[in-house]
Amino acid sequence: MEALIALVIGVLTAGGVFLALRGQTFPVVLGLTLMSYAVNLFLFVMGRLAIGVPPVISDAAQGYTDPLPQALVLTAIVISFGMTAFVIVLSLKARAELGNDHVDGHHEDSPEGRH
Amino acid sequence: MTLFFAVMTPFVGAALVALASRFGRSHSAWAAGAVTLAALALLAPSAHLPFAGEMLIQQRDWIPALGLNLSFRLDGLALLFAGLILGIGLLIVLYARYYLSERDSMGRFYSYLMLFMGSMLGIVLSENLIQLLIFWELTSLSSFLLISYWQHREEARHGARMALAVTGLGGFAMLGGFLLLGHIVGSYELSDVFASGDLIREHPLYVPTLLLILLGVFTKSAQFPFHFWLPHAMAAPTPVSAYLHSATMVKAGVFLLARLWPVLSGTPEWFWLVSGAGLATLLLGAYVALFKHDLKGLLAYSTISHLGLITLLFGLSTPLAAVAGVFHIINHAIFKASLFMAAGIIDHESGTRDMRRLNGLWKFMPYTATLAMVAAAAMAGVPLMNGFLSKEMFFAEAVHIAEGHIGGWLLPALVTLAGAFAVAYSIRFIHDVFFNGEPVDLPKTPHEPPRWMKVPVEILVVLCLVVGIAPALTVAPLLAVAAEGTLQAALPEYHLALWHGINPALVMSLFALVGGALLYLSRHPLTAWHERTLDRIDARIAFNALQDGLFALSRGITRLIDTGSLQRQVFLFLLAALTLGIVPWLANDTPLTGNREGLPLDAVSLIAAGALIVATFATVWWHRQRFIALITIGVVGLVVSLAFIKFSAPDLALTQLSVEIVTIVLLLLALYFLPQQAAPEKDRGRVWRDGVIALVAGSGAAALAWAVLTRPYDTIAGYFLENSKPGGGGTNVVNVILVDFRGYDTLGEITVLALAGLGIVALLQGLQLNAPSRDAAGRSWDADAHPAIMATLTRILLPLALLVAVFILLRGHNQPGGGFIAGLITAVALIVQYLANGAAWTHQRMASDSHPMIAWGLGIATFTGLASWAFDHPFLTSTFGYMNWPVVGKFELASAMVFDLGVFLVVVGATLMILTGLGSLHRGEPRTKEAR
Repeated sequence: MEALIALVIGVLTAGGVFLALRGQTFPVVLGLTLMSYAVNLFLFVMGRLAIGVPPVISDAAQGYTDPLPQALVLTAIVISFGMTAFVIVLSLKARAELGNDHVDGHHEDSPEGRH
Repeated sequence: MTLFFAVMTPFVGAALVALASRFGRSHSAWAAGAVTLAALALLAPSAHLPFAGEMLIQQRDWIPALGLNLSFRLDGLALLFAGLILGIGLLIVLYARYYLSERDSMGRFYSYLMLFMGSMLGIVLSENLIQLLIFWELTSLSSFLLISYWQHREEARHGARMALAVTGLGGFAMLGGFLLLGHIVGSYELSDVFASGDLIREHPLYVPTLLLILLGVFTKSAQFPFHFWLPHAMAAPTPVSAYLHSATMVKAGVFLLARLWPVLSGTPEWFWLVSGAGLATLLLGAYVALFKHDLKGLLAYSTISHLGLITLLFGLSTPLAAVAGVFHIINHAIFKASLFMAAGIIDHESGTRDMRRLNGLWKFMPYTATLAMVAAAAMAGVPLMNGFLSKEMFFAEAVHIAEGHIGGWLLPALVTLAGAFAVAYSIRFIHDVFFNGEPVDLPKTPHEPPRWMKVPVEILVVLCLVVGIAPALTVAPLLAVAAEGTLQAALPEYHLALWHGINPALVMSLFALVGGALLYLSRHPLTAWHERTLDRIDARIAFNALQDGLFALSRGITRLIDTGSLQRQVFLFLLAALTLGIVPWLANDTPLTGNREGLPLDAVSLIAAGALIVATFATVWWHRQRFIALITIGVVGLVVSLAFIKFSAPDLALTQLSVEIVTIVLLLLALYFLPQQAAPEKDRGRVWRDGVIALVAGSGAAALAWAVLTRPYDTIAGYFLENSKPGGGGTNVVNVILVDFRGYDTLGEITVLALAGLGIVALLQGLQLNAPSRDAAGRSWDADAHPAIMATLTRILLPLALLVAVFILLRGHNQPGGGFIAGLITAVALIVQYLANGAAWTHQRMASDSHPMIAWGLGIATFTGLASWAFDHPFLTSTFGYMNWPVVGKFELASAMVFDLGVFLVVVGATLMILTGLGSLHRGEPRTKEAR
């Protein structure tokens, strides 16, 4: 199971990195979203994998998994939503102001070319 | 903690004063006066202590682990300065009321003035050095605001920036000096520092410590060669100059010389550095002052010169010289404040400060002229004035120090020369302005100022006289305690009197008076010579060159690393991160796999993971078909939430699920305005390059995760699991951590979310985007924007969804749920209404502005934190109890649940604000009928 989770984290990271390197804003936003999945999962499994032992105190519980990474990741999820929203609005603003959706503010085939 | 409250009063007062200005122009002046009096009243009960030979020290732990305490001390020196700051401050408040014109904002002026006053009080009353430095920097910042008060004037902005740059640099050096001092002594408390004088002076780090601290002192007190900022600070309104350059700002530097005199002085390094800089400044300031045509320019250089005099006295290192230094601090504050005020009156009533045009004002304002004459006589050191007494002591010390040394005549000769220049520029101040023929082309016909504008000057001038005539009856006790506070030892033998018999000091005074008169008579050839030669040398040119050089350097560095291409930046960043990750890995031969036993693999997990991997590849593959990519990335998010459920994290699964919905709605909205398809990339090489980077990054992340997951670890979770129920009153440990154990973090996080929401609203302001009338395949949108079935169903669902949210919120402390999740569910429920029924329909039924909700949320969360202060507990300490409600039964109430309510409101408010802001971008865009 650990190998599977590691594989999943790796695939998400690779996909996120590849998309983050694209030239248009939308794939970059998608890439950032994939990367935040990867990072959140990674942080979460720092508490190691455990099945059926949620950190909710009760007499019937057989044990508890580590609650600390969960608390960390919970707020991380909400903050990454805020960040994604901000980046999206930034890209819309750039589209409106610059007339295209390239991350550097110009088309690849525009006269000034790529840097 | 009366001292603490006295220091804080002006800071709190700054806000009150600004508020008071809403009710009328005079109200903020009254409020500022009341604030100053309140600070005085807080100090008054302790004022007798230094006179009784006691010292008041008040301490409170702040960050004890770093040796930082909130600690205040009231000894003689602190008392003297606090009295000067508040006393002269009060006069300035009165004076400024009449000085400022209708166009100037009273509230802004007085609130800056209060900020500055509080910072100065903080410096002089501090017992802890680091705390002192914080107030020191605050004076730099608040004086920046005061100097640049007339923001529309270029010279005001420039002068303020220069003052901030120079004093800020000095403050930075001083931080270094204080850290070294703390390192030598082992404590930042002044009492401990005073007890270690010998240790400090013999320490190998003494010289660097001294240099750094002196750099701070010299920049603040405008000592040569850092004096050039002070004349440029004259662009400030005159009440500000009168305050900053008589009793406060520049006196902070000499205050620190006096404060640290017992531990740092007495060494050759101190003697040469401090008295050398003081002597140079004394001479330079006195010389230049004579040639300034601007009334305030003359006073500025005279201030520089007198600061040099005080510095020189402290540099001489004898106790008697230090007493004279303290005495001159008092006298200079009194006469210089009155002179600046008089200059302000002249400027105010005649419209100019140029002494080549201001002549013969005696017949227009004889009363003001008389006041100015007395004050100028004090500045010149004429007998019967306070300035004479301290100048006599200064001359006597100069002779005493130089006695028996080769070339011992040099120091007395130089200080007599400086004295002569002081007499000359004082005569010029009076003779040029009030006599010397007729005024030349004045903008206004001068007349006496309003009654109350003169009162502060009168008070100060009377002080000049009574101190000068009967020192033993007036200033002597205050001087004695202040000098004792400076020396931190018994006072030397000295005698305050007008007549000491005929001695060298008196002879030097006579020489200075006669020499000054001669210098004034020969001012025309001297001025011509000065303007041909030395006037061309201006330290400002060097400062500007240095500043331009630094700007050019930083621009060069920025251009070097920032190419303006995000793609390239990201590429370089990833490359650097990968290199930093891989290199240590290669150098290390620890096996990748650890020895922790893993969980068995099961079919469901395998299928889910397979779906996730396929969906990720699909997202990457179809990222140009953006709508498809959106669907596949939704699958990824869904599987991630399943993973959270599987591995015992129900809270995370709920959060991820609701965030997923909101994110997809958001991306859909964005896609509406962005191109829905993109052309394939032409540069195949780049695709391959990025593919390789992605592969390496992914493998690295996977390997890292694998290495961690196969190793056992120690956790601090035990503490939280044990204390969650008994300490926090909740069984859902994750929620208790969020709202209780780490409540401070959560408060920060919801603030970030709120700021993101506000930032987005700001970005969306005035944003115009063309919504396409057709989709990517050329099909027009459905004519039925809000299908009836969906609209009806969502309306029925709304109360249910809200009920679920309330349930999730309430049970969050004990079962999976809580403010974050409930907030997201509520936001989803409301957004569905927007989607199904349209913004117009929804806004008729619900307030469209979510700002208040965010404000309430943050307010409630902060207030719950503050409430624990009322019970003497640290910020955000929670409490809980159980009560029996009818029908419901036993029910828990915890203050943390109120906090969670704040979290809930912020999440709902921010999410709604973001999505409705984006959704309403195309509102008003006419739907094209023919496009159907």
